[in-house]
Amino acid sequence: MLTKRIIACMDVRDGQVVKGVQFQELRHAGDPAELAERYNVEGIDEVVVLDITATLESRQALARTISAVAHRIFLPLTVGGGIRKEADAAAAVDAGADKVSLNTAALNNPALISTLARRYGSQAVIVAIDAKRRGNGFAVYVRSGTSDAARDAVEWAREAESRGAGEILLTSMDRDGTRSGFDCEMTAAVAKAVNIPVIASGGAGDLDHFCDVFTHGHADAALAASIFHYDDTRVSELKKYLHGRNIPVRL
Amino acid sequence: MIALIDYGAGNLTSVRKALTALGANFATPERPEECSRFSALIVPGVGNFAATSALVGPWRDTIADTVRQGTPLLGICLGMQWLFEGSDEAPEVPGLGVLEGRVTRLRGNSDAGLKIPHVGWNALNFRRPSPRGADLSYPRSQMLAGLDDGAHVYFTHSYAAPVTDACVAATTHGDTFASVVERGNVFGVQFHPEKSSDAGLRIIRNFLEVTRSTPSAAATGAEAEC
Repeated sequence: MLTKRIIACMDVRDGQVVKGVQFQELRHAGDPAELAERYNVEGIDEVVVLDITATLESRQALARTISAVAHRIFLPLTVGGGIRKEADAAAAVDAGADKVSLNTAALNNPALISTLARRYGSQAVIVAIDAKRRGNGFAVYVRSGTSDAARDAVEWAREAESRGAGEILLTSMDRDGTRSGFDCEMTAAVAKAVNIPVIASGGAGDLDHFCDVFTHGHADAALAASIFHYDDTRVSELKKYLHGRNIPVRL
Repeated sequence: MIALIDYGAGNLTSVRKALTALGANFATPERPEECSRFSALIVPGVGNFAATSALVGPWRDTIADTVRQGTPLLGICLGMQWLFEGSDEAPEVPGLGVLEGRVTRLRGNSDAGLKIPHVGWNALNFRRPSPRGADLSYPRSQMLAGLDDGAHVYFTHSYAAPVTDACVAATTHGDTFASVVERGNVFGVQFHPEKSSDAGLRIIRNFLEVTRSTPSAAATGAEAEC
């Protein structure tokens, strides 16, 4: 039986892992390669490296970070943040990324999804959607959550799938960094609308939140950052808990 | 020295990295006729079966000859599918055909949460007694040595090979398909061992053990068991 995946996300700036609350107030959380190795030992299923500054200088630092992480762990590795064109994706893949995550660039230039899916396969292309609740829908934001994209998350996820995306990484901006639980309603709305896996992100605070997003949220995978970085919740402990609640996980 | 066949289907960085970490010597042959100089072949690959059309012709003929002479071959993901006769994904492209059967699309079932592509960690269900088991009446699987029945590995694919007598481990995602095949000197894995943490590295190491224990085909002229 296919297991539910637990994914650790590392927001990286200048080669260091940082984490903010609702996209603000950054604090340092350590060396990416060392953290990734610790997660691997604890049984993490996948690792995401997000370049949160995405300037030209950080792009070169990012390649070094990807390479350092990729040499320490033998797990699927996704890279995102500032991938604007095919060459950015190629640089990430050449440095050791298995998948690239597109956000703003996918909305500005949806053809990029198809271009990368043709070159690397759909399994290598994740479309990341940052969204918050508005009325009965879920409004998509771009540019690290600063700009309203005037799109609905469900409708955009469907289009991303039709253009060749292999997975959707759905982040609730309302919940990000709050530790108040995933937005299960939003996750379920998107997960039911597409046939590709949906990774839920934003709001992980305790073990029950993961249980909820896999059951009520119909998520295929759940991503978290801060609760793993600071050792509040160990991955191994989380997986044992989920196993005890009859949620299939890799132990 | 192992030949890592690069036919442009996906990125080989992670396979190279895993082989390096395990201390294997490997190179990427530029011409088919170089294949006979290697002690083993690895055909990796992700993406559409149509990508294997780059192997049709001299590459396919040479690899088939090399395998027939007893050189161990490991196909990974698309490379494993290519070991079969062909695939519904690209019906016009012939496979290597060293294993019988055709590759078909997984059916999935969204209502039951069975999405396609099949992405993530799933279990290997052994079809032969565990190499650690006491029953000696079956041939041991060389690829599964040291692994436990039910070990999880990382998959990402939409098409899969049938369960035939070459199948030593099967996996279920709606349909049950061959996740590890092994016959004579021919080996294949549908998942990505280079992305499957310790279990995956063990499987690659098992293949490296096979290559070390197989006398050079060129030296012995041995026929493949299949």
